[in-house]
Parts: sequence; structure tokens; C-alpha cells
Amino acid sequence: MPNTLGGYYFHLAIRSLRRNVALTVLIIAAVGVGIGATMTVFTVLLAMSGDPIPAKSTQLFAVQIDAWGPDSRKQPGSTTIETRLPDILTYHDGQALMQAHAAARQAAMYGIGQVILPKEGEPFARSGRATYRDFFAMFQVPFHTGGPWSAQDEAEHRDVVVLGAKLAAQLFPAGNAMGQLVTMEAGAFRVVGVLEPWNPQPRFYDPSVAFGAEEGFFVPLTAAIDHQINMNSLSCHSPLGLGFAGRLESSCVWLQFWVELPNAAAVRVYRSYLVNYAADQQKAGRFAWPPLVQLSNVRQWLQTEHIVPDEVRINALLALGFLLVCLVNAIGLMVARFAGRSGAYAIRRALGASRSDIFLQCMVETAVVGALGGALGLALTDLGLAGQRAMLKTVSAYTGQLTHLDGSLMALTVVLSVGATLLSGLYPAWRTTRVSLGWQLKEQ
Amino acid sequence: MSAVMPVGPILSALKRNKVGALLMALQIALTLAVVANALSVIQRHWTDMSRPSGLDEANIFSLQNQWVGEPKDLYARIQTDVAALRSLPGVVDAEATNSYPLSGWTYVVGIRLKSSQANSSIQTSLYMDTSHGLAAQGLRLIAGRWFAADEVSEWNSSKSAPFIVVTAALAKRLFPGGDALGASVYVLDDRPMRIVGIVEQASSGSGSGSGYVDLSTFVPYQFVNNLLLYVVRTKPGQQAAVMQEAKQRLLDISRVRIVDSIQRFSESRTKVFAVAAATSWLLGTVCALLLAITACGTVGLTMLWVAQRRRQIGMRRALGARRIDILSYFHTENLLIAGSGALLGIAGGLGLNLWLTKHLAMTRMSPAYIVVGACIVLLLSQLAVLWPAIRAAAVPPSLAARGL
Repeated sequence: MPNTLGGYYFHLAIRSLRRNVALTVLIIAAVGVGIGATMTVFTVLLAMSGDPIPAKSTQLFAVQIDAWGPDSRKQPGSTTIETRLPDILTYHDGQALMQAHAAARQAAMYGIGQVILPKEGEPFARSGRATYRDFFAMFQVPFHTGGPWSAQDEAEHRDVVVLGAKLAAQLFPAGNAMGQLVTMEAGAFRVVGVLEPWNPQPRFYDPSVAFGAEEGFFVPLTAAIDHQINMNSLSCHSPLGLGFAGRLESSCVWLQFWVELPNAAAVRVYRSYLVNYAADQQKAGRFAWPPLVQLSNVRQWLQTEHIVPDEVRINALLALGFLLVCLVNAIGLMVARFAGRSGAYAIRRALGASRSDIFLQCMVETAVVGALGGALGLALTDLGLAGQRAMLKTVSAYTGQLTHLDGSLMALTVVLSVGATLLSGLYPAWRTTRVSLGWQLKEQ
Repeated sequence: MSAVMPVGPILSALKRNKVGALLMALQIALTLAVVANALSVIQRHWTDMSRPSGLDEANIFSLQNQWVGEPKDLYARIQTDVAALRSLPGVVDAEATNSYPLSGWTYVVGIRLKSSQANSSIQTSLYMDTSHGLAAQGLRLIAGRWFAADEVSEWNSSKSAPFIVVTAALAKRLFPGGDALGASVYVLDDRPMRIVGIVEQASSGSGSGSGYVDLSTFVPYQFVNNLLLYVVRTKPGQQAAVMQEAKQRLLDISRVRIVDSIQRFSESRTKVFAVAAATSWLLGTVCALLLAITACGTVGLTMLWVAQRRRQIGMRRALGARRIDILSYFHTENLLIAGSGALLGIAGGLGLNLWLTKHLAMTRMSPAYIVVGACIVLLLSQLAVLWPAIRAAAVPPSLAARGL
């Protein structure tokens, strides 16, 4: 009757835990603190290194083109040339790639900021994005009402806007945003769509703001250029031309460029298109170097862009170290516990229990300790995360949602705790089964 | 008889308890390796957080101003604004700038000694300041002079600024011989800029930045941009009143703007170091808990060993060993175990640090650091043994006679 036997072991475990309270508490504390520290740090790491768009992360590709040449990649005082290309494109290349339409879907984009003038109340600043209509289908952006602007809106540079859920609710609390005009610095834009809350973390398509608040609005890039809406960030290798027109003509990079390529064949075709494009630029004399291009899918991109700060990785490694110390400590204490109770085990052996019975009994006891340690660890993790949230509330890069313990993380905490404890209990339990029967009984 | 036991008998006793000793040594080693590296991370943050900004921190606050639309007369508007701020009662001075130390706004550029030098090896934080910059920030000039009003030109105009002021750290870095004042360097373009003054200290906009945190440059420009910072320095004790009035005064001049992030310098400081502080607290708390757990573990294991050896202890006592001999037996035993653990930990900790330095952005830990850490762990370990050892020493010699 394994069931009742399991229950019996559980009963024994509880009794045995109560026998040496100080040692039991110490083991549970060791496991709990190790788990708590590890999970506090790992919650942040997991949130930061998650896949922001799991359904399509292998079909979406960031495009890089060597627009600056190998000389730009030389480190000062070193002769080696880094392989890293500029991670975004020049306006020239972005426009050319959009016009070529060589992928199933493609969108150039750049981050912008606008002061918004509501009908009532004070003006406020909000960040948004200038892009192309494929952006929404490509990134599976959920619409609440309406949809992306049309190809015609785009071609005719119309002033239309898709509002993010938050901004829509703020500007039009009654929910009647569709067709209304939103007045921004650049002009009045007509609302053609309102999104459901959507804020992929990390923001893979623009890692310069990998962890930020939801983007407020989206406007056609063609219209944004007409209105000379400035880019939030710009990276240059040669002097900047004058004014907005200068930026468009310059070799400064400021456009993110994403394409959707559904399969390996499409990737091959697009890659050869890119290489040909760069070769044409070389022939035309714009590039004085051989073609060098790069296509990275979302996962590769997040890695290239170093989304997770080293700081967080170091913390995670140290936390893993903490857990290891706590587990070694727990092993030592469990050896001590079981050794202290070796007399009782010897009696059970003498009464007919097999070695595997004793082993099982020890492991049940260990699992109970692990579960209790997990509960303590859960409480400590919650405490640790609350502390982190309180200290980081001013830092937008670590928003609250990064440091919340959800159901699956809680389950992971307990499973990790019980698993790690069972693993560390293997040796002490095995050692206990090796007890010399006669000697122990004689000692009694 | 010396207080420390000869190690021979202890070693042969340890041979009978290899696993326990090994676990204890391993735990000490891991604790040391992890704690030393964690402390070195904390220490790096602490260095950043305790570095003076170079400003009159107690009396400075800042406002972020963003104009709506792109007014054509920005330069004139900014002049009006700062004049209004300066006229407020209790204000020492005020100015508009692109950034100031610990503001969270960074503008880092390369600085070169020769115009022909293609790449600059030294990076510097660039601050655009007018003739009011010195007084508005409370910087301490230690050599030369600050900018005169007629030397300041409008940012984005083609006029190049011929003069700069640098921090003492940057002056020393550029000219180790100490002849920085009057020398020329190249910062923005290929036109030389002469160093006319040296300030004691001004840290970077982020308060950190390996290599350039103290290396700052001030250029005589009136920063002109849609979005900028107003820095206001008040007389002691009058900050709160001025802060209340400042925003209203600006809005009275023009409402077509967004004035926000009005914050005391201390708030900027808290904000800019929020991640560093949170990380330090997390690692520090866990380190303390870890040391406590290791100490408790040592107590627990030693208690067990004492319990297992009660009869032998009784025998030794019966054969003439004093209490101090029993006490020193356990302390010496612990010293041997923890000592070998600490040696292992020193090697492991340095190895871990080396790996972290190589693969992640971690700073090298000085070996002295981990040796001190080893001493602390050993001391803690010895303290942890004290109580079990006292219990052992209390075993009566008569115990030996029982059960014979």
C-alpha cells in the first residue's frame, strides 16, 4: 500500500522535524535564504531576457548594412577591426529598402517625441513612433478599434495616427477616439486606429529604449518626415549636415529596419538581395568597401544588442553562488540531522525495513524541508522584490512589471526549492542507509 | 602547553570524518568566493555614490523645460527665462544648460591633444555653460578663470568657442606634467580650444562611467534646444520657497511649454544612483544572511561533532587534559578546516572575478580585498566554534568512566 506508506513517511518526517527544532529551522532558513536571494535576482533576469514575441521571433529579422566601412570599426590604438555593424540604417538605405519591397513585410521606423495638446488641460509630452503600416501586422499589434492606416494614407503622406491604449484613454475617456483629431506639435493627426494595451518587453525593435513605458502613438513615417519630426536618437560617424534635410542626407544612422521572412528560403533570397544592394552602392561609389550585411532574428538581435545589462547577469551569477553555498550548508546540516537520528534508523532496519525504505523515509523528510524552505524563499523573494521596486520606482528602465512574482514564478520557486533540496539530500540519505546496524544498536 | 594544539591528532581525527570536514571547507570556500565578489560590486557602486559631484549640492535644484512647437526665438526666450529666475528673491544664480553632474543627462565626447589625431583615447562629459555657470552650480575654481559674458556664444551657431574649463582630474590626465592651464586641446571639431580654468571637481551626468567619471569639460555656449535644464542655486535655507515660485514664474512668462521634473539636487542624486543603491542593498543583505547562515552551519556541524565525541572528550579530560585544551582542540580543528577552505576560496574567488571581468563588465578585484575577506571569514568561523567548544570543554571527566 504505497499510499498509506507515503503518508506514514510524511507523518514520520513531521515528527522527526519537530524533534530537533533548532537544526530543522537552520536547514529551512539556509534553503529559504538561498532560494529567496536567487529568485529575487532571477525574476529580474527572466523578465529582461524573455522572448517578447514568441510566436514570430524566428521570422522577424533586423537588417544591418555596413554604411560606415571597416575604418569606422577600428578601436583607438588597435589594429583589429571589430565585426559589429551600425545597428540601424541611414535614411538613404531605409528608403531604398522600403521601395524595393523585397520581403513579405517590411517597416523602417524611428522613435519620436511630441508635445500633445489636449482639448482640455495642460499640454504634455509623449513618445511615439514613426513607421510604415506593415509594422502592425508584422509585430502582431492588437487593435481595439480601427486598424493600420492604408497604403494610400502612407503614399499620400496623410496625417493619420494610431493611438496606444493609454494615450487613447487619456485623450478620449469616452472611448470615441476614432476619426477624431489629435493635436500635436507637428500638427493635427486623424485617429484611424486604437490599440489594445501593447508593450513588448524588451522592446526588441528599438533596443535604445528596451524597457520603457508603452508607446503613445504611431504615425506614418512619410508624414513624420514631411513635418520634420526629429529623431530621439541619432548616431553619426561623419559631420552632420545642416538642419533636418542635412540629417536625411547624412550618413548618420537613425532608422530601425525590420523584415518578416517566413522561412529559410526567404531568408536566403533576402540576404542575397541585401548583398546585391550593398554591391550596387559600392559600384555607385557610395560605399568604398565590399558589401557587408547582417540579418538577425529577434533572439539573435537581443543578444547582439546586449539587452540584459551585464550588471544583472553578474547579480544572477552571484545569486546562484549564494544558492550553492546555502545548499552545501544544508547538506552538512542534513548529514548532521540524519547522523543524530541514526539510532532510530538502525532500529527500523532491525525491525525489517530495507535500505531503500530508509532512503525513501529520508528523502520524504528532505522534501518536506525543501517545501518549507520554498515557502520561506517565496516570502523572502516577495520581500526582496518589494524592496527593489521601492528603490527603483524612479527608474523607468526597471518598471514594476519586471519585478513582479507571478503564478508561474511562484511555482518555479517552490519546485526549485524542493528539487535543489532533494538533490542535496541524496548524499545524506544514502549515507544514512550505510549505517552499521550492530554497532548502532549496541550504542543504544 | 601552548593554546594551540599540535595538529597531528587533529588530522588523524579528521580522517575519520572526511565528509563533514570537506563540506565545511567547501562551504567556507564558496562563501568567501561569492561574498568577496559581491562586496567588490558593492564597493564599486559605493565609490560612485560617495564621490562628490563638485557642486553646491545642498542649495541647487533644477527644472526641465520643454517648449511646445519649435519657437524660432528660442535663444531670446531662454534669456528671458534665466533673467526671471535670477531675479527671484533668494536666488544666487541660475542658468540654462544641456546637463550638469548627476543630472542623469549625459553628453560624452572624445577629447584630443592634436587635431590630426583620428580617434581620441580620452572621453569627457561635455557641459555647456554661460558666464553664470560657476555661480549657478557652485563649482570651485582652483586655477585660471571662468568664462566672461562676451565669450559665450549660441550653441549650434557656427561660432566656435575658443576657451574651455576642465576638471582637475582631466587636466592631470591630459597633461600629467601639470602644464594644462593655457594649453590647447580639440573637443568639438578641428579648432583648438584653450584651457583657461580648472575646477576642483565635476562628475559625469550619470555619476558613473569607467574612465571618464571625473573627466569633465565646460564649454562657453548658451545651450539652445527645445528641451533643456534650468539649474538654480539658492541662498541657504531658501530653496523650498524658490522652488515653489520658479515654476509659476516661468509659466507666467509663457504657457506654451511643459515645466516638469522640478527636483532638488538630492533627488537627482537618488534617481541617478537608484539602480546602484538597489543592487548594493540586495547584494549586501544577501551577503550578511549568507555569512550568518555559514556561521550557523558551522555551529551546527561542530555541535554534532562534539556530541559524537563526548566519550572521547571525557576520556581526555580524565587523562589530565584541561578545559582550555579541549577548547583549543576544537578551535584548531576549525582553523585547519576553515583555513584550507579559505585558501580554496581565495583561489576560487579570484578565478570567478577573472572570469567575470573577461566575459561581463566587472571590475578587477584587488587580491588584498579577498585576503581581508578570508581573515573575516576565518574570524567568524572561530567565533562560531566558540559555543560548541565551550560545551565540549564542559564535558565532565567522569563521563569516561560510564559505560565501561
